[in-house]
Amino acid sequence: MIKSVDNRAWFLVLPVFALVAFNAIVPLMTVVNYSFQDSFGNNQFFWNGLGWYQELLDPSSELGGRFFAALGRSAAFSLGILAIEVPLGILVALCMPRDGAQLAIGLVIMALPLLVPWNVVGTIWLLYTRPDIGLFGWLINAVGIDFNATKNAAQAWFVLIAMDVWHWTSLVALLCFAGLKSIPDAYYQAARIDGASRLAIFRYIELPKLGRVLMIGVLLRFMDSFMIYTEPFVVTGGGPGNSTTVLSIDLVKIALGQFDLGKAAAMSIVYTLIVLTVCWVFYTVLVTRDSQTVERPEVPS
Amino acid sequence: MAQIELVDLAHAYWTHAEPADYALKPMTTTWRQGGAYALLGPSGCGKTTLLNIISGLVTPSRGKVLFDGVDVTGLPTERRNIAQVFQFPVVYDTMTVFDNLAFPLRNRGLDRRAVEARVREIAGLLDLTPDLSRRARGLGADAKQKISLGRGLVRPDVAAVLFDEPLTVIDPALKWELRSKLKALHRALDVTMIYVTHDQTEALTFADTVVVMHDGGIVQSGRPDELYDRPRHTFVGHFIGSPGMNFMPAQVMAAQAQVGEAMIPLARSYPALSAGAKLAIGIRPEHLRLSAHGEHRARLERVEDLGRVRYARLNFEGHRLAALVPEGEPPPSGPDIRIAFDPARIHVYADNLLVGEP
Repeated sequence: MIKSVDNRAWFLVLPVFALVAFNAIVPLMTVVNYSFQDSFGNNQFFWNGLGWYQELLDPSSELGGRFFAALGRSAAFSLGILAIEVPLGILVALCMPRDGAQLAIGLVIMALPLLVPWNVVGTIWLLYTRPDIGLFGWLINAVGIDFNATKNAAQAWFVLIAMDVWHWTSLVALLCFAGLKSIPDAYYQAARIDGASRLAIFRYIELPKLGRVLMIGVLLRFMDSFMIYTEPFVVTGGGPGNSTTVLSIDLVKIALGQFDLGKAAAMSIVYTLIVLTVCWVFYTVLVTRDSQTVERPEVPS
Repeated sequence: MAQIELVDLAHAYWTHAEPADYALKPMTTTWRQGGAYALLGPSGCGKTTLLNIISGLVTPSRGKVLFDGVDVTGLPTERRNIAQVFQFPVVYDTMTVFDNLAFPLRNRGLDRRAVEARVREIAGLLDLTPDLSRRARGLGADAKQKISLGRGLVRPDVAAVLFDEPLTVIDPALKWELRSKLKALHRALDVTMIYVTHDQTEALTFADTVVVMHDGGIVQSGRPDELYDRPRHTFVGHFIGSPGMNFMPAQVMAAQAQVGEAMIPLARSYPALSAGAKLAIGIRPEHLRLSAHGEHRARLERVEDLGRVRYARLNFEGHRLAALVPEGEPPPSGPDIRIAFDPARIHVYADNLLVGEP
């Protein structure tokens, strides 16, 4: 078959281009456009150049201080839930039954929290921890500990982290379980023959084989928790004070509460860039780890 | 270093199995210390089950396993001093080759100097010395299998090394090398080796005793030449040799066998054959002569040229036979040819079992 060159073929890409333009490029460019301008309403905009970005990245300014505080809270929240969910997920996966009806029941129970809509999760935990009618809140007050997540910042954080652990540990556990299932029996048999302890089996067989799924699990959980909005909005609304105001909540406060479109737009762009950078780092690490066949020269002791 | 005895050993994977469901039928046998044994049989004949029972990964439903007379049936794998090499290489990816080889020794609490010395000795035998400081992750399948092998051999007190089709994933060219390496190791280390395979070439070249298994039982064990020349069961005749032994249902009267219309003389008479038994005669393809003066007629179906040798496929009294075409002779022509049987090489089987010397 003879193929001729016809540049009109590019027109065939137009529908996709239009679609992507309307659902991604145009909205994003609108945000970029806003981030360089200031608005006092009435659809009147004034050019502000890099002003918002300079203010945003300067911690001594009002906007910058607010941004870095919220960024710190978001990072703390992500690290906190990762530090709990990853080890707990691995532990749960190790304890799961290997086959049969028990496995099926276990998988269904584990998957349940993943199926609950986010605002429902928030509502469940809001009610659960209320000191007057919530089972947890009422009980813990009944044993003499003063508990009220709407007044105490540390308790508000405790509720948010417990909620996320309840909601998402299953995801890490299911990923790890899939990783563990893929280890052939021969590895365990060989380890028994080599006289390896349970700890050594975990350290030298299970953990290395879990590396890949764990990277994916950590990436997913980081992204999701770093961008979390619905649950803290429902449970604490960012309070008490600003103590649980994470980046997404602060962003909505600026954009919709104060209608500072320029500030909010600049903040959105920086927020997106942080997420993209972390994503890229994870991806790069995953890819290089897989293609890593070069040995590290080591002298055995 | 141990002699392995299996006493009335049997295994079923169900708890209430009928004897017909047994994966392993009752067997009693003794394998001497320092021997090289091959368990040979088709897939599903129970050879891996038997291996796993010896290594302790599977507990038999019945019978005992003795190492040097000591009952180890109830002992877990890690207390049996057994090493096992699996079909696919099992290495600890994150460790160096050295650490991989040292792992079984360190787990048993050997001191550092002893570990170092032993690992270097085994690495030397396996040609792994240049790779000792490399990570196991990046190595090829053959090097990884050598590491698995080394982890088995590194323990000085090991009673036996068990191999479960260890060369399956190895390139054909490297298979030869590893197989001869295994033989050399066997001579150097004086350790009992049991090698499971379904490849007769591997079994016959590796082992000094080949144990042929069929349908959960041992049908014959002996030196490779015994298995080839005097198969005690029609299955052994079929399975060993390629193409396998020719079998023909026959009537045996005194020193003659009748196959269809043809009367074939035998080397001796078989007076005491029980009536009602299913009788057959068997002969290897190389003992069937294609000769213009042969006393029997056959029809030539085709000639297979395997490069090194040629086999004529014949139809004799309705039975398909293979016959070796002697080297240097032109292939036989024409559909009608004549063949001759070497009477000394004909074996008589009653109900699939060789009828022995009276």
